[in-house]
This record gives sequence, structure tokens and C-alpha cells, in this order.
Amino acid sequence: MTPAEAAAAPTIVVSELTKRFRTGDRSVVALDRLAFAIAGGGITTVVGPDAAGKTTLLRLIAGLLQRDGGSIHVLGRDIAVDATSVQAEIGYMPQRFGLYEDLTVGENLALHADLRQVVGAERRQRFGELLAFTDLAPFTGRLAGQLSGGMKQKLGLACSLLARPRLLLLDEPSVGVDPLSRRQLWRIVERLTDDGMTVLWTTAYLDEAERSRHVLLLHEGRLLDQGPPADFVGRLAGRVLLAQAPPETRRRVQALAMQDAGIIDAAIRGDGVRLLLREGAAPPSAGAIQARSIEPVVSALEDEFVARLAPARRTLPAAPATAAAHPADSEIIAVRDLTRRFGSFVAVDHVNFSVRRGEIFGLLGPNGAGKSTIFRMLCGLLAPSSGAARVAGIDLGRSAAAARARIGYMAQKFSLYGNLTVRQNLAFFARAYGLDRRRRDRRVDWVLDEFDLRAEAESACNDLPLGFKQRLSLGSALMHEPAILFLDEPTSGVDPLTRRAFWLRIAALAEGGVTVLVTSHFMEEAEYCDRLAIIDRGRLAAVATPAALKASVATAALPRPSLEDAFIALIGAGNQAAAA
Amino acid sequence: MWARIAALVHKELLAVWRDRRSRLVLIVPPIIQLALFAYAATYNVDRVRYAIWDEDRGQLAREFAARFEGSQAFHREATVGSAAAARDLLDRQRVAMVLHIGQTFTADIKAARPAPVQVLLDGRRSNTAQAVLGYVNAIADGFNAELAAASGRTQRATLVQRAWFNPVLESQWFILPGLVATLTLIAAVLVTCLSVARERELGTFDQLLVTPLRPFEILLGKALPALLIGLIEASVILAAAVLWFGVPFRGSLGLLYLALVLFIMAVIGIGLMISAVSQTQQQAMLGAMLALVPAVILSGFATPIANMPDVVQWLTYVNPVRYVLVILRGLFLQDLPPHLVLQQLWPLLPIASVTMAAAALMFRRLR
Repeated sequence: MTPAEAAAAPTIVVSELTKRFRTGDRSVVALDRLAFAIAGGGITTVVGPDAAGKTTLLRLIAGLLQRDGGSIHVLGRDIAVDATSVQAEIGYMPQRFGLYEDLTVGENLALHADLRQVVGAERRQRFGELLAFTDLAPFTGRLAGQLSGGMKQKLGLACSLLARPRLLLLDEPSVGVDPLSRRQLWRIVERLTDDGMTVLWTTAYLDEAERSRHVLLLHEGRLLDQGPPADFVGRLAGRVLLAQAPPETRRRVQALAMQDAGIIDAAIRGDGVRLLLREGAAPPSAGAIQARSIEPVVSALEDEFVARLAPARRTLPAAPATAAAHPADSEIIAVRDLTRRFGSFVAVDHVNFSVRRGEIFGLLGPNGAGKSTIFRMLCGLLAPSSGAARVAGIDLGRSAAAARARIGYMAQKFSLYGNLTVRQNLAFFARAYGLDRRRRDRRVDWVLDEFDLRAEAESACNDLPLGFKQRLSLGSALMHEPAILFLDEPTSGVDPLTRRAFWLRIAALAEGGVTVLVTSHFMEEAEYCDRLAIIDRGRLAAVATPAALKASVATAALPRPSLEDAFIALIGAGNQAAAA
Repeated sequence: MWARIAALVHKELLAVWRDRRSRLVLIVPPIIQLALFAYAATYNVDRVRYAIWDEDRGQLAREFAARFEGSQAFHREATVGSAAAARDLLDRQRVAMVLHIGQTFTADIKAARPAPVQVLLDGRRSNTAQAVLGYVNAIADGFNAELAAASGRTQRATLVQRAWFNPVLESQWFILPGLVATLTLIAAVLVTCLSVARERELGTFDQLLVTPLRPFEILLGKALPALLIGLIEASVILAAAVLWFGVPFRGSLGLLYLALVLFIMAVIGIGLMISAVSQTQQQAMLGAMLALVPAVILSGFATPIANMPDVVQWLTYVNPVRYVLVILRGLFLQDLPPHLVLQQLWPLLPIASVTMAAAALMFRRLR
């Protein structure tokens, strides 16, 4: 084979690939007769919801798992036969890269270099290149445990690039990484492909898929579709519409649209609601859904994804009546000069804002900016160093327990008792919130029905799929009909469908008068918010509606900036000033 | 408030019971330790292997040696003829003792002179050596008494031993009541410090802290299930000691349980303090080991407190295990009178108050 032929030959050829897992006495098909070929060079994204089989696929390609059927050829060799020699030419970065948190950046690199037998002059040169490449050079002496999420990912990437792999496998590298770092990471990987490296990148973010060369759409172990992202654009001609609506009525438009049997999906976007029609369904009139106007738009990859995966039946959340006796527009969260110090480090520095009843309010910021600290103080998990916070009219400094009775909290990570059943968990939290027996039974029933959990009521939570766990977490946070709901990065790493279903519920709750406070560094989530507070290095950089934030950074070169552009402009400017 | 605590206690017991691993931790190690301590760890010395080095070979020397031969406590492993051979056997731990009878043994006795016998012991096994020495002395005393009787001389003062409370000095009778304390200690400390650390690790602790539950209520909600589990554990070992191993229980059960409740509260406080400073289960486990090992060593469970240096003895006064051990042994073997029980009981009260209060303070600072 000539070098030219070798370059043209596909890097990965997979045919009839099947993988089963045995859990207890059940056998689960993780991958079902997958077949695809990936040409050399460029980034290929594997997109799919949780449990689609993305990680399993990557681990099979890396030769870390035994397949049950079919074949995988990587770099022209069968991975099952030549695992060791192929692995020498593969870089693999798992979701949680094995960094040693108690070692410095330099020591981590050295350790992985030892493991990969990168030594001598080659090693010194490679370290220099990689540290410069990932902008980690100034942090060589810092402990890996003290890096931000984005920096950890970059270090993990540097470690997996040590041996100059020809094929790089990245498992959800952008989960838990702020937009700024996410962009950097993507740019770094793009530069790698310029040098001829082939990259396989799994993700739940469709905007990443849109920027890649080839997309594999995976769902429940099957390959639904594949092709260049451009192939997916415009396929659903006439079925995607944008209903224009002012920010105040967007949620009503969305709710009305979802009542229409002809509409598969309605998602809130900056200037209105994006509608996806069922095949052959007639578009609704603007008046019927109280929109200002309705116009067709070009369909995107995400529409394709939703159209294919949306369930036929959908349960619409009913807006719950809350016990909150606050007049509309009253201030339900008031934060005055809130400050929190950890030793000499000021994590939150004199922050002021207020949130009205029924508002969805977002706290946005890069990792380590202090948004979680603010959030934890407002939930009563952390005491402020100075300043005051009133939640539901109660001063957190005085009677935190009373304030906590009025809030619901949903952590980023699933944090209910895994070995208790769904019903036991709900009953426990109902009792912890002091609900009497009758109200308890009523609320447990409400959650089981409202969140479609009745069939799983007696299963242990650990055995539930991720989507169920997320619904259960939300349900248990709503057990005591709180006036305020705190959501900590509620849909990070979750696929678009689950995310939509989740936000539809949140929107219904907000319509019912529940105030929602959400932290996120995920821009699509931010779009659902009525107002956003951008937090940067402990201070409030801006508080405004998403539309106003976007307008504030519009330039002649970028007349219609996305929210991510706005975020990066607002944060990036500050960071550059700080770095200089 | 009580409804919320009841909910927490219910949840806690459910969580322990539904988790196969924590069920195992509570059931299997106590059984293994009970069996190990009761059967394997014994101070009774039987059939000690020894060698005889008889340079006299006279009739009296043979008679003296025959007393060892006939004793249940000894088993003759070898007969040696030189110091080198004796040294070799001791070096290789083939025997624990060499009985050396000198050339003039018979002649000395007949001439009514003192007749020394040399006993070579393996000091590496100091416990056995001490016990063996005791046996040797007893045999020598008996031999002397018979000689005296035979020669018509009147016997001097003789020693008649009688051990109260444990007539045959059965070491199981001494160890098993102690096990009630130490195994309960381990179970209670592990349950408390792991339960909080596990919640911390899984993120459920935050979920608890955002409910209206106050830190004090969470503390109680963690302490009460551990108290219950500790009492069950203690009762099971108690039953095993009495019913299976036949150790007599002569005292008042009521006093015993009063002491156990105070004792368990004291150690739960320690467990909760460890859990308050641990971020992960691994740290909690390490912390528990750091607390448990000195608590057992400085309790008088294995070695008498009176043998320890003064400074170390002072330390034992803050160790709750010390007091409950005296109470347990007293109530098992002796029917210790109530006023003596109270004398050992009252220090548990301040210790429990201090550990629980300290744990409560540390819990308050968690948020």
C-alpha cells in the first residue's frame, strides 16, 4: 500500500457490530449490528441520547471491550487480533480521564509519558508542544485537582496526545465544561485534524455535531442515520416554523402549540418559539397559538434528531397550583451585597439582584466564577460572609430552616437514595418536609402520575435509566409544593429530547407561579430563562434578558450574535484583562 | 420535629437493610471475630512442647521428670544430651522449654542440699513462657512436698489457690464479655461515620441539608439508628456468650442495658465527629481505624490497664470502653453490686455528653 492509498483508506471500518451486557439475569443489547466506515482525517461526532451506546462504541474501537458479533478494523487491522499494536496508535480520552488530582500538571504528563514510553529528547519536545498547544504551560506546577473543568479536559487531552496517535477517541469531552473552554477545546482538536489526525468525538450537544465532518446518529444501540451535517439541513422542508412572540408570552405560545396534535415539538428560542410539525400536518394559524407571526425556517440537525426520536405519545405537564400567596411581580428573592470569602479568596463579591415571582432566572458563568457559591448560599447550604439574602420573604440569616421549607432543590448529580425505591424516596422527602399523612399520600401519587413513574414505583432508584432519575429528582423537589425551585445545571449531558421535556415542565411550573432559579453554563438552557445574571470571578458582570444580552454585544461584523457569543464577549473581555 | 426525625430514622434503617454490603458489614465481621476471639485467642496453655536434658539420670531425677511426662500441660518433644542440642531446639521453636537437670541433682537431695534445676524458656513467646513457668513452679512445689512427707519432715507453708468468679480461669469467660463491648464499639462507630460520609459522597447530604431538617435533627436521625443497631449487635453477642459458650451471666440485665445505652451514645458521638470531618467513605474508614485501635488497646480488653505506664493510664480515663468493660465483666461473672456499677457508669455520662455535643457543634459548622 502506498502512503497515498493508506491515507485514503478508511480509518475505522465497523460491520455488523453487536455488543451485549449482562446485568443480573437480563441481557441488554448495547449495540445492535452497527455498520459504518470513517475516512481518515477530520472530526466525526457520535451523537445520541444517554444510554445510546456511545461510550460502549468508543471502548470497543479502543479494544477495551470484547465484541459479541461483527468486526472492527482500525487503521487497517482487526482490533480483536492486533489490539496492542493498534492501541499504540490510538489516543483515548474517557469521560473521566484518569488524572491524578494530587499530582501537578507536569507530573501527570510525565506519568503518562512513562506509561507510553515517550522518553528523552522526544519527551521534552512533546511536553513543550502540548503545553503550549493547550495553554497549560503557566500551570505546569499546579495540582491537577485544582484545575477548572475545562483545564482538566485539556490536560487529559494532552496526556492522550503524548504518543502522537493517528486516531483520537474523545468520550463526551465537553460535558461540564463552560462555553469558553468548550470553544477552545474544539479549536484545539480541529487543529489536530489539520495535521491529518482522525478524531471520533461523542457528544450530546448538537451544535458540535453541526461543526463536524461526519455525524453518526446513535439511539438505543442502533445507528439511525449518518452523513455530513449538511445532509441533515433542510431535510424537513416546510415542517419547521418560527412563531414570533415577545419574551413575556413565549411560554404561553409554547404551551398552546404543544396542545396541537400536529406539532411534535415547540422549543423556546431567542425571538420566539420554534415549532416542528408532524409529517403532513398543517401549520397552525398565528392567532390560534397567540403568536405575532409564523414563518417557515430551514430545518437543522436538531430538528431531524427530535423528529426521529420524539415519542408518539406525550404527557403534558399540568401547571400545579402552588400555595404561594404572593402577588404577581412581587420580589421573591432579594440579594443585597452578598459576599462569601474562603480564607483570603473572595468567591462572591458584593452581588446584588432580585427575582420576581414566577420568573425563570439563570445564573451563568464559567467554572469557578462563583455561581455555585451564590446558589448554595441561597439554598441555605452555605452561610454568607456578609450581606443579606431574603428568600420567599424570609431572611436566610435568621430562620434558614423556615426558608428551606419554601424551596425545592434539584442537584446537578442524581442525589436521592439509590438503594431505596422510588416510593420510599418520595415518602422520605415528604416526611422530611413535614407533610402530614394525607397530604403525603396525595403528593406521592401526584409525582408518580405527573412524572410517569408509577410503573417503577417499587424499583430501586439505582436501577432506573437516567431520564427516570432526572424526573424523580424533579418530582421529589416538588413534593412540598415549594414557592421557589433551585436547579443546579439540570440538563448537563442530557440529550435534546429529555432536555425539552424537562424545560416544558419547568415552563409550566413557572406559569403556575413557581419561581425558578437555575445555574448553567449551557447556552440552550439559558435561552429558556426570562432573565440571566452573568457571573464572572465572583462579581455580577450583567443582569438582563437573553435578548438584551445578545443585543448588547451585536457589532457590524456580528449583527445577530448567539447567546454563546454574548457570553464569550462578556466573560472573555474580562478574562483577557485579568490575564494581562 | 419528631415526625421529621422519625422519617430520618426510618430511612436510615431502610437504607442499611436494603444495602447488601452494609448488611454484610454488620453481620459477617462480628461472627468471624466472635469465633476468632472465642476459639483462637486463648491464654490457656496446653500441651507445651518441651525437651528434657537430664545429666543426672538418678532415680530422683527420673521421678521429677516423670511428673512433667504425666502432666496435661506438657508434651515431651525430645530428649537432648548437650547444651548445643537444647539451644538448637529452642532456636527453631521446636520446643518452648528445656528442662535441665544437673549432674548432682539426686546426690544434692540425698545430702539435703538445695538441688537447683534449670528451666530454659523461649522469651520470644513471653506469654507462654510466663504460663509455663507457673506450671513448672507448681510441679516443683508438689515434688518438694512429697519429698518432705517421705523424709518425715514437716511441710512448711503451702499455697492453695482458688480463683473467684472464674474457678478454672477459663479465658473465654474473660474475653467474651469484653467482646460485647468491642464489637458493639466497632459496629456503632462504623455505622455512624460511614452513613454520613456515604451521603456526602453521593451528594444526598446536600439534599438533606436543603430540607427544613435542622443540623441537630439530622444528628439525632443518624444517632438513633446507630444506637438501635448497636444494641441489637450487643444483644446478639450477649446471647451467643451465654447460650453458646456457656459464660455465666450473674448480674442485672437492666443495669447492663443502661450501661450499654450510655456507652453506645458516647462512641456514636465519636463516629459522628469523624463523619463530620470526612469528605469520603475512605477518609471516614481511616478515621474510624485511628479511633478504634487506641480505644480497644487502652481499654483493658487484652492487657490490664494497671500494667500501663502512668501517663497512658491517664489516657484511659477518657476511653468509654474502659468503664463498660469493667461493668460487663462484673455483671457477667460476679453480679457486681449496683453501687459499684454506678461508680463505673457515671463517667460515661460526661463522655457521651461531650462527644455528642462536639459532634453537634461540628454538624452545625457543616453548612
